[in-house]
Amino acid sequence: MSASSRDGGGFLGAEPTKSVCHEPRCRMTHPRDWIEVRKEGVFCKPGGFFIDPMHPAEIAVVTHGHADHARAGHGDVFATYETLAIMRARYGETHATIAEHPLTHGQAVDINGVKVSLHPAGHILGSSQARLEYNGATIVFSGDYKRRADPTCVPFEPVPCDVFVTEATFALPVFRHPPLEDEIVKLLTSLRQFPERCHLVGVYALGKCQRMMVAMRRAGYGETIYLHGAMVRLCELYRDFGIDLGPWDLVTPENAKTLAGKIVLCPPSALQDRWSRKLPDVLTVAASGWMRIRARAKQKGVELPLVVSDHADWDELLQTLSDVGAPEIWVTHGRDDALVYAAQQMGLKAQALHLIGYEDDSE
Amino acid sequence: MRAFSRLLERLYFEPATSGKERLLLDYFATTPDPDRGFAVAIIADSLSLPNFKRGMVLELIRARTDPHLLAMSQDYVGELSETVAHLWPSALKERSVSANEDSTAEASEGRLPPLSDVVHNLRHKPKADLPAYVADLLDCMTSPERWALLKIGTGSLRIGVSARLLKQVLAKYGNQPVEQVETLWHGVDPPYEDLFAWLEGRADAPVVHEKLTYTPVMLAHPLEEKDHRLILPETYAAEWKYDGIRVQVVHSAIGRALFTRTADDISHTFPDVLEHLNFHAVLDGELLVLRGDDLGTFNDLQQRLGRKSPSSKLIKEYPAGIIAYDLLMLEGEDVRSQPYAARRALLQAALEHHQPAGIRMSPDLRYKDFAELESFRGSVDNASVIEGVMLKRRDSAYVAGRPTGPWYKWKINPKLVDAVLMYAQRGSGKRSSFYSDFTFGLWKGNELLPIGKAYFGFTDAELKELDKWVRHNTLQSFGPVREVRKDLVLEVAFDAVHRSTRHKSGYALRFPRISRIRWDKPAQDADRMDALEGLLT
Ligand SMILES: [Zn+2]
Ligand SMILES: [Zn+2]
Repeated sequence: MSASSRDGGGFLGAEPTKSVCHEPRCRMTHPRDWIEVRKEGVFCKPGGFFIDPMHPAEIAVVTHGHADHARAGHGDVFATYETLAIMRARYGETHATIAEHPLTHGQAVDINGVKVSLHPAGHILGSSQARLEYNGATIVFSGDYKRRADPTCVPFEPVPCDVFVTEATFALPVFRHPPLEDEIVKLLTSLRQFPERCHLVGVYALGKCQRMMVAMRRAGYGETIYLHGAMVRLCELYRDFGIDLGPWDLVTPENAKTLAGKIVLCPPSALQDRWSRKLPDVLTVAASGWMRIRARAKQKGVELPLVVSDHADWDELLQTLSDVGAPEIWVTHGRDDALVYAAQQMGLKAQALHLIGYEDDSE
Repeated sequence: MRAFSRLLERLYFEPATSGKERLLLDYFATTPDPDRGFAVAIIADSLSLPNFKRGMVLELIRARTDPHLLAMSQDYVGELSETVAHLWPSALKERSVSANEDSTAEASEGRLPPLSDVVHNLRHKPKADLPAYVADLLDCMTSPERWALLKIGTGSLRIGVSARLLKQVLAKYGNQPVEQVETLWHGVDPPYEDLFAWLEGRADAPVVHEKLTYTPVMLAHPLEEKDHRLILPETYAAEWKYDGIRVQVVHSAIGRALFTRTADDISHTFPDVLEHLNFHAVLDGELLVLRGDDLGTFNDLQQRLGRKSPSSKLIKEYPAGIIAYDLLMLEGEDVRSQPYAARRALLQAALEHHQPAGIRMSPDLRYKDFAELESFRGSVDNASVIEGVMLKRRDSAYVAGRPTGPWYKWKINPKLVDAVLMYAQRGSGKRSSFYSDFTFGLWKGNELLPIGKAYFGFTDAELKELDKWVRHNTLQSFGPVREVRKDLVLEVAFDAVHRSTRHKSGYALRFPRISRIRWDKPAQDADRMDALEGLLT
């Protein structure tokens, strides 16, 4: 079914043979000849490294700290300072078995003759696109990205390239994320309307949690925000990078009963589990791009769905294809059929990579 | 419109009744008239928007989206209204919606027309203008607002708020007993401004005007074999089905009226019946000639039908009355939502109390099992006034139209005679090229006397055969009529037979139809007039 399931890796694109630009004296080599999809992830053959490998690799370039992109146990790890800090916070100081190679956005490094640089993706703190240049051809792996303003990270920058690799998590025209401010108003209105209920908000611990906190502060909510234990370390890390989250506190067995009318943040998986039972009269809230689909919100028992996403919506995906201006698009994970179709309608060459391992519900 | 969309959104996801109640109370408290009243009407499903169709929505979205992306989207989302709400290419970029609008203030409605305007336009715009109006609205809405509009239009909110819950919340809002809200409910109309004024203590309870209007009646389905097992004495009450005319008698503070099932006002034809109803009520019953305890036949009733301002002599000779079987209103209170058994008890008590002359309660037919009911039906001895049995669920509300389940009619089997075809006449309309109206007769001595005419009961194939037979067996023609050889026997079914001076035979059949063509039967073996005499009651 997918190229990644073939042993030994598969070549990308229709033509398996080496293709060279036909301009006289041009030695450009098309990325399909030096990038392949292996079961560990996307592999750069001349550089000998993987991008966001799902299994321990000798050399890894990591776009951002979400668990399905950043795994423990690689040898050399190339990533931003922030991403490396997140990986240390999650996996310990020794997550890289050989060395960490911190990069700032825009700084280029040579890995076995391939020029690699990281550029802002606007997804979460430290998130990046990876630009690879080899033999005169460039390919950009955008990782996860969004185009909305987010004070907790550097905004996405379009990077010109020959091949642009994009996600397609929300690649259907039904996905158009509403303004974050409107969703926050919904939450704060509900808090006024149901002041005796504890508003328990399911958010991803990394990125969504901190973005929501900052947005609530901007909307004028100054109260202490209560956190599930899984959020604490990452909130401290954000604070250390200078992002002001306002007053927050850990939910403890002692204070749990007193949280009526308060906002509590927890990972989505904790919404329905035993942990939440100690909270008073819980009103279940979830902040995710999937909340746009009513059946999905209802099925998860969400009473107040907030449509908040750290991924690009349909309009932003198409806008990005046009901003980047690459003649060729590869689509990693999500609703790739719709995005490939739309890209082709735009006159671009487009194909799906069928990467597995990045799930809809992951970060 | 924005506030209403937010309300629907919250109600949709709120699982607890107490939560829904809170949301509604807040909405009533913060939303001005007439919007909140229209919201109530929409939630109670008492607004009809006949021109807002699913097909119109489909056409609108198809004109605006790539067909592949539309198909992929609907496949992913499932429901059409939601797909369209999300997919609609909004002129307004959703992110530019002003974020800091207060969620309750009227000011936040600014971008969209008030709900009352939207409802007005959806109801009154000419059908041809509706798609453009809806499209314009969708253009300046967010996805949840579009969803709300499409849900209003297609009338399937599915927000888990019943009419009952809505009335409870209204009662709570005004700190009034729910019974009183229910009493008033059917006398007030959207947008219920008088109701809210009363609930907010700004006015007295609205005066529910008893109007002299026809209330749509409840109709029965024929009882089929497969339904027999449903008929249990504890579930269904039984009563006779009378061979008269179904009527609605109305008497209120402002007057009296008598309506037929098709809402024709026949008050002038039956002034005696109007006199009978001596209390304020709306009754459902059968109009018959009533002489003391004797029920007249349909033939008797026919002497009265169609005669405006009848003479007192005619009224005396054919006094009309009502066999009452149901009660819709009593002393200004709508009782239709009460179960049949409760309505019957109210009716019984009212008739006993007011003792109206010429109005009788249709008696309850008590039976211990289906077999007994079947034997009642099989042994009707006054088939000229009883045409079958009515079965009504004891717990059923009175609802307009013909719902499946609560009411059944079970007619007595038709009477049959074998008659001889005498004349045939060309039909009309699409049957004008066929001989399709048949006059038939029975033997009296060696003579055939015509007893009736039938033009239905046969199939198209049979019609062709009959037509062919007529053409080959014509004795003589009189314009469109042919006299035929007295050779073909028709089995004729009918509901009843009456004496008649207008027919040469002395009898008239009610609802005659051809049930079978007896190609096999010799004409001399057809029935004699005595057979009809025996079926007379
Ligand atoms: Zn991801
Ligand atoms: Zn991510």
